[in-house]
Amino acid sequence: MSKPAVKNHEPLFHVVKRPAIPTWQSLLIRAGAILAALIVAGLVTFFLTGLNPIDVYSTMIDGAIGTEKRIWNLLQGIALLLCVSLAVTPAFKMKFWNIGAEGQALMGGLAAALCMILLSDKLSPALLILVMFITSVVSGAVWALIPAIFKAKWNTNETLFTLMMNYIAIQIVSCFSFKYSVPKGSGSIGIINSISKAGWFPSVFDQKYFLNILIVVILTVLLYVYLKHSKHGYEIAVVGESENTAKYIGINVKKVIIRTMILSGALCGIAGLLMVAGTDHTIATDTVGGRGFTAIMVSWLAKFNPIMMFLTSFLLVFFEKGAIAISSEFDLNNSFSDIITGIIIFFIIGSEFFINYSIKFREKEEKRK
Amino acid sequence: MIVSFIQRAVMQGIPLLYGSTGEIITEKGGHLNLGIPGIMYVGAISGVIGAFFYEQSVETVNPILAVMIPLLSSVLGSFIMGLIYCVLTVTLHSNQNVTGLAMTTFGVGFGNFFGGSLIKLTNSDTPSIALVETSRCFKTALPFADKLGAIGELFFSYSFLAYSAIIIAILVTLFFNKTRAGLHLRAIGENPATADAAGINVNRYKYVSTCIGSIIAGLGGLYYVMDYADGIWSNNGFGDRGWLAIALVIFAVWRPNFSIIGSILFGGLLIAYNYIPNLSFEQVELIKMTPYVVTILVLIIISMRQKKENQPPASLGLSYFREER
Amino acid sequence: MGAPAIELKNITKTFGQIVANKDVCLTVNKGEILSVLGENGSGKTTLMNMISGIYYPDHGHIYIDGQEVLIRSPKDAFKYKIGMIHQHFKLVDVFSATENIVLGLKDEKNFSLKDSEKKIREITAQYGFELEPSKKIHEMSVSEKQTVEIIKVLYRGADILILDEPTAVLTPQETKKLFAVLRNMRDSGKAIIIITHKLHEVLSLSDRVSVLRKGEYIGTVNTAETNESELTEMMVGKKIELNIERTKVEETPDRLEIRNISCINREGVTLLNNVSFTARAGEILGIAGIAGSGQRELLESIAGLQKLNEGEILYHNPSTGYTENLRDKSPVKIKELGVRLSFVPEDRLGMGLVGNMDIIDNMLLRSYKKGKSAFLNRKNPKDLANKIIEDLEVVTPSAKTPVRRLSGGNVQKVLVGREIAASPTVLMVAYPVRGLDINSSYLIYNLLNKQKESGVAVIFVGEDLDVLIELCDRIMVINSGKITGIVDAETATKEEIGLLMTRNDGGESNE
Repeated sequence: MSKPAVKNHEPLFHVVKRPAIPTWQSLLIRAGAILAALIVAGLVTFFLTGLNPIDVYSTMIDGAIGTEKRIWNLLQGIALLLCVSLAVTPAFKMKFWNIGAEGQALMGGLAAALCMILLSDKLSPALLILVMFITSVVSGAVWALIPAIFKAKWNTNETLFTLMMNYIAIQIVSCFSFKYSVPKGSGSIGIINSISKAGWFPSVFDQKYFLNILIVVILTVLLYVYLKHSKHGYEIAVVGESENTAKYIGINVKKVIIRTMILSGALCGIAGLLMVAGTDHTIATDTVGGRGFTAIMVSWLAKFNPIMMFLTSFLLVFFEKGAIAISSEFDLNNSFSDIITGIIIFFIIGSEFFINYSIKFREKEEKRK
Repeated sequence: MIVSFIQRAVMQGIPLLYGSTGEIITEKGGHLNLGIPGIMYVGAISGVIGAFFYEQSVETVNPILAVMIPLLSSVLGSFIMGLIYCVLTVTLHSNQNVTGLAMTTFGVGFGNFFGGSLIKLTNSDTPSIALVETSRCFKTALPFADKLGAIGELFFSYSFLAYSAIIIAILVTLFFNKTRAGLHLRAIGENPATADAAGINVNRYKYVSTCIGSIIAGLGGLYYVMDYADGIWSNNGFGDRGWLAIALVIFAVWRPNFSIIGSILFGGLLIAYNYIPNLSFEQVELIKMTPYVVTILVLIIISMRQKKENQPPASLGLSYFREER
Repeated sequence: MGAPAIELKNITKTFGQIVANKDVCLTVNKGEILSVLGENGSGKTTLMNMISGIYYPDHGHIYIDGQEVLIRSPKDAFKYKIGMIHQHFKLVDVFSATENIVLGLKDEKNFSLKDSEKKIREITAQYGFELEPSKKIHEMSVSEKQTVEIIKVLYRGADILILDEPTAVLTPQETKKLFAVLRNMRDSGKAIIIITHKLHEVLSLSDRVSVLRKGEYIGTVNTAETNESELTEMMVGKKIELNIERTKVEETPDRLEIRNISCINREGVTLLNNVSFTARAGEILGIAGIAGSGQRELLESIAGLQKLNEGEILYHNPSTGYTENLRDKSPVKIKELGVRLSFVPEDRLGMGLVGNMDIIDNMLLRSYKKGKSAFLNRKNPKDLANKIIEDLEVVTPSAKTPVRRLSGGNVQKVLVGREIAASPTVLMVAYPVRGLDINSSYLIYNLLNKQKESGVAVIFVGEDLDVLIELCDRIMVINSGKITGIVDAETATKEEIGLLMTRNDGGESNE
């Protein structure tokens, strides 16, 4: 009897899903990824500018937190990014890919701006801000509700739908920028109510961004509590983990999808309000400035935990500010910060693999009988 | 005027066609690459960098090299972007949406950074990036175009990259429907476990299709800067065309041959305002919105009609891990 | 009958502690249909997976055409012309039959769907299949899909075909057609192995029958020389004493009355066919049947998860005395009516529990809605979690461990513990001891007995007949969505139940 040649066809290594690893290990892997990203970012900067790596980091640190004003700007940047990130989180936890935060925030901002333009001479300042708040929340929520209804009813692909909604929002804002442009036809609205400051968030302790930061801190805590300790938050988690279980215990999945998307959009609306009333005092197509997309990464990298999201948005904003400092020192383009952001995110998302999977190398083949 | 409208619409449509063809190949393999806008920027700037160094280094440009160098550097740039995306999403099973968005942030930043800083970085004495010579080589049209009147204008007045876009779209359609590899790729996008069980190397197909898709999309960026923009780089000049290309994928219900018509239609919508008299600025902006609205309508209609052939690839956006049950 | 096409000698396969196959010997000749008969969990599918290269045996030899071979992968199996038709089809929905059939092939010839279609038509004509090669899979009935799978294997030139429970999803008419085709294939010299547990099919189709029981090879008989009762006895074996105590409850009022319920799925397959029975308080009603005979649909329709086409589900409320019809009511609605219904589903981590949540949050699944507050109360669930961990001896680092990380037995204790804690009046459990060790199993039996003693109507879907006979008061047998009998567990025999599970009144058995 001829025995066929026994050849080992098993690959050199194979990948297996690991059950779960201790928190400290996963933190270590993430820290390692950030460190690696830092090194690569430093190297890239070195090759582009010739600046020695130590100086790269010190310029970055100086650019981000060098003066009190820079620290406030950093906090403000974190606040705005974090606010949008908070907004997308409930939807993501439900596994609803809302990548329309850019548009939802823009619609919220637009509503605020329109109130400032149209109602500033009709309402008292306090009432104006209240009306702005309500309209922003409603517009953001409506913008999120539209794709949610189609998702719940016909299972329309929400990723593509919300993505398209962004550009419709941008065009609507662009349309209004022409309608109310100052000077006429310039296509830009300019600072609204620059003299009366109607609808502007007031400065607190001489800090014009204090209110923004405070609001976002409050929202972070509220959202943390909502997701972790409220019945709604619990339903979101169950729907996101397993629709089958949700049905088994009698959760109305469609209702949860719609309710959560309204919340997500409403929070985006607040973010838009902060950008318009608390920051720019105008509206333009780039008011949200890509935060709607960056927020998705912030939320995802933080595993949808609002407290962790503070750290991830700190990381990204810190590098953004640092990179801008480097580019202005070397008379380079500001987009340098996007490159650095990209590198950091590549490393962190790549590191997730090593948290969720482990690589098993081929063991020495035992001799079979 | 109609002739010039269609001509301009085609020229507007070509970058979208490249982008959507590239994205369709990627999506057919089950990967939603939201990095396409970034990849198109990289494709454009890589070509610009290649051409810039070439123009700087020689006195008179050789037309063939002037085309080949930017073309190859563009292909290389988008290929590397495709590779990064594949390593992260195919090998490391990262979330496709997050990876794609990071690619776009990175790619757009990369394009704008080098577009804005190339001169400074190379200590060159030119005031701005204007690759007029290179662009002239890229724009060489068929010699007999102007002799054929309106027909010549309509069909033969474009540059070789424009024709390639259409040829590539047709070839990709044929690839999907008439070749074994096309069948295998579609199977992977629909049901990777079945494809795997049938002995198809799922990951290899995903790598190849995504990288080729990236290269094709990158050519759209190259066409834009070299042909449409006359070789003059302006930051964010490419705008949101990358997202429009993704919209076009849906509009064309994942069929590259439909994209050809769709791209011209989208291109026409982008410039229609120039040809409609007495429009206010506001109306112009609203007209620019129509491609997105139409796309959403298509998306809604295909989800309501539930016709299986028109759905997105069934495993779109999901990573495939064999041992997961 | 020809020479042996494939021979298995002393095949053994273990998974950890569990012996799936022990010293199994099988021979299939060319031009022969061999049935492999056995209950669920008897190791039939494991054995076939070793022939088709999905598993590799620990011990034993496989011979093809008299030559010893090693089958390490599906590719190897393909090389030896072995083709397996799995229970779960591996087909791409939006592709045509032809596209699915040629998928993955690497011919040197030019790729042409037209040529392939021609070849497919030749195969269909040769064996008498009914299939339109250009038809899309998603437009097909289940039996057409199965045809595609069979042709896929034939197209690749298989000479040895293995069919894993091919008739489980077919109507009697479709089964008839399939058998005609299989006979044609046998007559043309193919060797066919068919895994089944339907006796009448075995008798009408196969030439010989090999029987497995609990992983062991029992024997092979010629079909012509055997009968239903002999096969049943080989399949279920002698009664084994388990010493599960059965207590008697004096008062057993009717609690749940199922009247003529029927359920037809979207493909038009009848899942439940005019089912009627009564579940009584203080009694364990066992449900026996081959897996997939409608047990899941039955429990889910009572729990409000499955829409019915006909019939009613009546609940006699002991505290109010009213009778409610639960048909087509949602789980929430059922709860609002004051019906205390608990349900331990078959799919523990995919339905009954959330794997990524800890034990406390899984306790919350049933109770989170309680109270008017918008916020969760984790105090009671935490106490409950700790109580269950203590009472049922759940092995876990803490109550805050995600249940995904617990072992199968401990997962089940958590689930059963939670469902019992709701102090139900009706408790439905599906395969509650599947995958559990002996001690955990007995713990579950005791829990069920205690529930019964306290006046709960328990419905127990099980697979081990010995357990059903010792634990339950009555056993209802379900077969293809139909109730074929309700027997008294104290007097019933395994053979009697086995026959009810496998016998079919319609279709092929009349031949």
